Amino acid sequence: MSKKHNSGQFTNPETPGYVGFANLPNQVHRKSVKKGFEFTLMVVGESGLGKSTLINSLFLTDLYPERVIPGAAEKIERTVQIEASTVEIEERGVKLRLTVVDTPGYGDAINNFIANVSFYNRVHCCFYFISPLGHGLKPLDVQFMKAIHNKVNVVPVIAKADTLTLRERERLKRRILDEIDEHGIKIYHLPDAESDEDEDFKEQTRILKASIPFAVVGSNQQIEAKGKKVRGRLYPWGVVEVENPEHNDFLKLRTMLITHMQDLQEVTQDLHYENFRSDRLKRGGRLSSHGYLRRMQEMIAKMQAQMQNQGEGDGQHV
Amino acid sequence: MGIEETKKESELEAEVRLELRQSASGFQTGFIRGTDLFGYVGIEAVLDQMRRKTMKAGFEFNIMVVGQSGLGKSTLVNTLFKSKVSRKSCTPDYEEQISKTVKLHAVSHVIEEKGVKMKLTVIDTPGFGDQINNENCWEPIVNYVNEQYEKYLREELNINRKRRIPDSRVHCCIYFLPATGHRLRPIDLEFMKRLGKIVSIVPVIAKADTLTVEERQEFKERIRKDLTSNEIRVYPQREHDEDPEERLLNDRIRESIPFAVVGTDKEHQVNGNKVLGRKTKWGIIEVENVAHCEFANLRDLLIRSHLQDLKDVTHNIHYETYRVRRLNESNMNFSELVLTSWPLKNGTDTCETESQL
Repeated sequence: MSKKHNSGQFTNPETPGYVGFANLPNQVHRKSVKKGFEFTLMVVGESGLGKSTLINSLFLTDLYPERVIPGAAEKIERTVQIEASTVEIEERGVKLRLTVVDTPGYGDAINNFIANVSFYNRVHCCFYFISPLGHGLKPLDVQFMKAIHNKVNVVPVIAKADTLTLRERERLKRRILDEIDEHGIKIYHLPDAESDEDEDFKEQTRILKASIPFAVVGSNQQIEAKGKKVRGRLYPWGVVEVENPEHNDFLKLRTMLITHMQDLQEVTQDLHYENFRSDRLKRGGRLSSHGYLRRMQEMIAKMQAQMQNQGEGDGQHV
Repeated sequence: MGIEETKKESELEAEVRLELRQSASGFQTGFIRGTDLFGYVGIEAVLDQMRRKTMKAGFEFNIMVVGQSGLGKSTLVNTLFKSKVSRKSCTPDYEEQISKTVKLHAVSHVIEEKGVKMKLTVIDTPGFGDQINNENCWEPIVNYVNEQYEKYLREELNINRKRRIPDSRVHCCIYFLPATGHRLRPIDLEFMKRLGKIVSIVPVIAKADTLTVEERQEFKERIRKDLTSNEIRVYPQREHDEDPEERLLNDRIRESIPFAVVGTDKEHQVNGNKVLGRKTKWGIIEVENVAHCEFANLRDLLIRSHLQDLKDVTHNIHYETYRVRRLNESNMNFSELVLTSWPLKNGTDTCETESQL
């Protein structure tokens, strides 16, 4: 049925010894392109750290076109809310269905006691915004990250990094990494590059890993600098270029997100399964005799059958 | 006994009023007819005399800095007075760790410029706003301010009081706002509402090099609106303007507060000159350049133009308010007041001559 989508890589099934699952990557690719990718990103941090601007910059979109910034009086009444905005972005025929989960009101109250943190949906990645103004992590940062690090991939990000000189930035990064260690916070670790990847990719991965936490600046404004138009922030003393790696780690953050989107999703799935598993074990039930594993087995059997038929399956939802 | 008491009361009241008149800047000549002089008398020489006396005696200035950790309070104070006067620079084992409660630390230095000596005391408030639960974090600060008024009052009411009462009252409280670009936070409102009634608050936008000029203007407008709608009074207050000239000057200041500041103690070369600045990959932020930030405006306000006014407002208005309240509380019974057991924080009833902790 899918022969219409042939791109000439289809091998004749009559060929002896041919099973056909080598074609699977193409099918997955085709399916993905047609269906699009889904990704849920959560952003957490105090107000005024540039979260919305950064999200808009990352995905070159305006996720919050009619935003009203609430005054302090209104903030006193509110508790932390959870708001999700979904947007569909398309690039070169590939669709991305991006859901951004925001937590307005976080950290604004006089008393920021965190009672219970639970997620209403599967979150693949959480960007935790750290203020560049402090000398490291605040008590609230530590508490929150520890409350969620077993449920979601935590990527710490230093916000509004243009307020730091290079030396201050390095010092802050080291300080934050020390404190993360000290408090036993588990942040997302980029997987090492496989040995069969090319040198450039390996080098890129090394650089990315060494730059965590990323110190970023966001902007969607075009500024004229040195004769060309760049995305940046215009100050009386100079222009901060968002996409200049010497100015901040925005590009690194974006690269990390894009190249590791799949890994983030897989880790989330593993985390989710692990949590499910430990939860079940705690409850005392035996793992094997229940629905989840059976369903998993059924799925695998189905996939195998489909591969043999060389037809379209329900596709692997990655 | 009743008549004696009331006589004492009115005598003392008259004394208080006289004191007030004398300490107010500028003589109250509302009830004296002006006369022209037909020769040089030499009245103006009193200015020189005052000047010489002040220079010999020196004067005191007490400044408090309040704000979350990391907002550059210590650096700003050092930059303002061009010397290492903050607690950070003076305490040998200073740790940049977030303290669990709000503690107040006062550090005093005598700095001298062209023969004029100033005893500068910087009161730091580490721990303010840094916790997860910041409820009532302003209480230790309110208590400190009132305690200094109490100390002064006690000394004033002493039968054998000192000629120059040591002044540990907070003349100015600089409140540091983080440069979020949004609005005032609940903690900012709570603090300024309460402290604005008892001390002169000067709010500043800290580490303002994260705001573009546009963002800065919008932020300031929103802050001013928030202040007005919450009836928060910051320095200089409209009600305290003494004459139209002062009103004009202060109106201009009121239109540009809070000042967006950047502080540093590092110098760099710019166009052949040494300037105080922060060096980044995209340029050097010159702290004293008014096109870059408003540090110079703050410095001029605090030191070059309104320093004496800050002291006067503290004495004539904030301290007076406290005094009236206290005296009313004890029903004008002065002898009782002095012996009242209102224990000072250090557990004794005696006044200390210095506010160092």
